[in-house]
Amino acid sequence: MEPIRIAGGSSTEFGEFPNRTGREMFAEAGQGALEKAGIEPNEVDALYYGNFMGQDAENQGHQGPLMAESIATLDAPATRVESACASAGFAVAEGVKAIRSGSADVALVGGMERMNNLETEETTASLATAADDLYEIREGMTFPGAYALMAEAYFEEFGGSREDLAAIAVKNHENGATNPKAQFQFEITTEKVLDAPMVADPVGLFDACPITDGASAAVLTSESYAEEHGLDAPIAITGSGRGMDNLALQDRPAIAQTKAAEKAADVAYDEAGVGPDDVDLAEVHDCFTIAEVLALEGLGLFEPGEGISAAREGITSADGDLPVNLSGGLKAKGHPVGATGASQVVEMAQLLEGTHPNSDAVPDATVGVTHNAGGTVASVSVHVLEVVA
Amino acid sequence: MSDDEEPVKDAGYDEFLDALESGEGYYLESSDGQGWLPPRTVDPRTGDGDLTEKPLPDAGTVATKTIIRVPTPQFEVDVPFALAVVDFGPVKMTGQVRGVDPEAVDVGMQVEPTVETRETTDDRLIVFRPQE
Repeated sequence: MEPIRIAGGSSTEFGEFPNRTGREMFAEAGQGALEKAGIEPNEVDALYYGNFMGQDAENQGHQGPLMAESIATLDAPATRVESACASAGFAVAEGVKAIRSGSADVALVGGMERMNNLETEETTASLATAADDLYEIREGMTFPGAYALMAEAYFEEFGGSREDLAAIAVKNHENGATNPKAQFQFEITTEKVLDAPMVADPVGLFDACPITDGASAAVLTSESYAEEHGLDAPIAITGSGRGMDNLALQDRPAIAQTKAAEKAADVAYDEAGVGPDDVDLAEVHDCFTIAEVLALEGLGLFEPGEGISAAREGITSADGDLPVNLSGGLKAKGHPVGATGASQVVEMAQLLEGTHPNSDAVPDATVGVTHNAGGTVASVSVHVLEVVA
Repeated sequence: MSDDEEPVKDAGYDEFLDALESGEGYYLESSDGQGWLPPRTVDPRTGDGDLTEKPLPDAGTVATKTIIRVPTPQFEVDVPFALAVVDFGPVKMTGQVRGVDPEAVDVGMQVEPTVETRETTDDRLIVFRPQE
């Protein structure tokens, strides 16, 4: 498949910014990405924009034209993409598809979420709508609760402990501590994770990512456009896969395995012509600590039952064999749900390019994978990024 | 909506809850024996449209569980409560486990399904109680 060049990427600072409007946050990220790419807004052929809870948070549907206004791309079609917390990963995938199809040379992809202007319970309720209303939400399921059910199922099938999960939180905070865009730029101890109040057993407060406001965007171009315009765009998306599963956990044969991630990874690896053994680093969807375990196994980076001990054994730490979530991940960098999938691609491109504050951990890396999951991993977008120039 | 009008229903789902409440729960079985909960018109994995109503077993086994401590506003008064996915063989179902200390709910426990109401809003929900 034709590599799709990442000509520029940019994110707002992630954190608690309840007073920032969505349109202004996306303007900063989108304009920043265009500026880095050295591409004028009128060159953009399509905008794919991820957002999940805009109706609840800002009483705002129909965000495509609004966000196109914010970056002055009204001459190009703008589409809002919604796939819960995988909205922006799916937006990136749509951009890749548009360029490959020949209908676009330049696509702006990204996403935005404003969450902290609501009360925490309202945000919890809004996020819960990514689950099955009839058979999960009406029974009282929350997202921490859903991942707790997955964690318990995992423990039952493969073993594992809260200490294993705590090691993931500690690692991702270590990484986030040196990322100036991250919401949590501080380290935490295992004791702090284990002693935190329970949200939904065995998921404690520090097993969970924060509630985050932020936006992220990237400019994608065709190979020929990058060459003709002499763009400095050494990183490309070489594989883009998406996978789906039943919406409700109860309808899946195995609750502790994420088939959607396996399907998405198969497609992405196949397109890129790489396999899990070729991957140098990964940015995965660790909305809860158990989610990182499920992601690593879904991506084939660890065998089922082996992902649980990866962080505790140091394999996935910055100085390990396979650094995971060098950005801090959703856990420390933050999780503005509609922006996360784009943020992963932006951070990964910088890590591979050597321009990320944590790039020193991976000086020779050439292949990175991003994994963005929606709901209880009912939808997944996986991208393979490579150094191509 | 005036008081004498019937409340709007979720067709298929509300009838299922009515049946479950009266001890006559069912599921929809596809040709290969896989079970699904209504409303369904096809087996989502095979596309098989030949779904037959079968009686739900009287009891199932807790497949996984948690205790919800931070709820959505609709369950503010209900917390803490145990939430479980229960395996009935051909089909699994999600609900709250009542009639036992949430801490005592464990994987493998045998429970019976019924329909009760939320403490916070009085809306119906699927509930499991320990098998007698």
